[in-house]
Amino acid sequence: MGWIGESIESVKSMKIRDSLFQFITLGMIVSSALIIWKGLMCITGSESPVVVVLSESMEPGFQRGDILFLQMSKDPIRTGEIVVFNIQGRDIPIVHRVIEVHEQRQSGEVRILTKGDNNDVDDRMLYAQGQFWLKQEHIMGRAVGFLPYVGWATIIMTEKPIIKYILIGALGLLVITSKD
Amino acid sequence: MHSFGYRANALLTFAVTILALMCAIASLSDNLNTPSPSAQIEILNINWFQKQPHGNDEVSLTLNITADLQSLFTWNTKQLFIFVAAEYETPKNALNQVSLWDAIIPAKEFAKFSIHTSNKYRFIDQGHNLRSKEFNLTLHWHVMPKTGKMFANKIVMSGYRLPEDYR
Repeated sequence: MGWIGESIESVKSMKIRDSLFQFITLGMIVSSALIIWKGLMCITGSESPVVVVLSESMEPGFQRGDILFLQMSKDPIRTGEIVVFNIQGRDIPIVHRVIEVHEQRQSGEVRILTKGDNNDVDDRMLYAQGQFWLKQEHIMGRAVGFLPYVGWATIIMTEKPIIKYILIGALGLLVITSKD
Repeated sequence: MHSFGYRANALLTFAVTILALMCAIASLSDNLNTPSPSAQIEILNINWFQKQPHGNDEVSLTLNITADLQSLFTWNTKQLFIFVAAEYETPKNALNQVSLWDAIIPAKEFAKFSIHTSNKYRFIDQGHNLRSKEFNLTLHWHVMPKTGKMFANKIVMSGYRLPEDYR
């Protein structure tokens, strides 16, 4: 009876050790992804170093599904730069071009007006009630680089969350059932 | 070690890495291009020059814009976004940049052009400082690539002046 108990003990402990190991591996993968993301945030100085283009307001230059690499430096914003900004009350950031800049002499503050390349009118309609200009602090970053089509994965997962759950479910299943 | 899953995974990873590398090289090849663009802007007419009810000055101009930007196109260029901005300073603002006109050039053939146009966007000051104002007209261009880093530069043309009185 003793050695049956022993072998059962050893089998149980092996299973626990294996599953603990897989759990830690998963944790490591998630942590490294987070480290890379936060590291990018530090290097580029922007809250969100990569954004996906969601609307057609910058066509034909940027189509839905493209991704933009952002950078933010203390240099003042000038006309022509493609900037990403947030409006109070809206949760998705907007990617448009700066068409007007007024820099105040005394305070150094800049007042900015933006417009999408494909829109007929400037963005005043989009700004918050009573807001006529953007300021440097509203700008999350300037677009410096661009990759086409890569952002479609994010768009599909946002618009049809079922696919996101299926993907995560499949990945989880893969992790649990893989033998090594 | 040789199951379908492993092989598919290895193939996909390799393919994505190669694709990313090609995009990076395509972007780097843009640095080999040495552009030599040229441009001239002429103010043909001051259509009107008024003070708005709120107190801000507004000007309407007709411009003749001539440019040759063909050397900016490379095989990795998707389009060129160009715009003309008026730059000037006022007692209150150290710098004002107002975009007057813009256009998208989709291909090299269209990059050499000469057009007559009135300002697409309204030239409105923050205040009423525009009488006798000296200003620069800059032609900016933004090279939007098929993939990779975006470039921008400009030509500054100075010596323009607004009339002394409202018309």
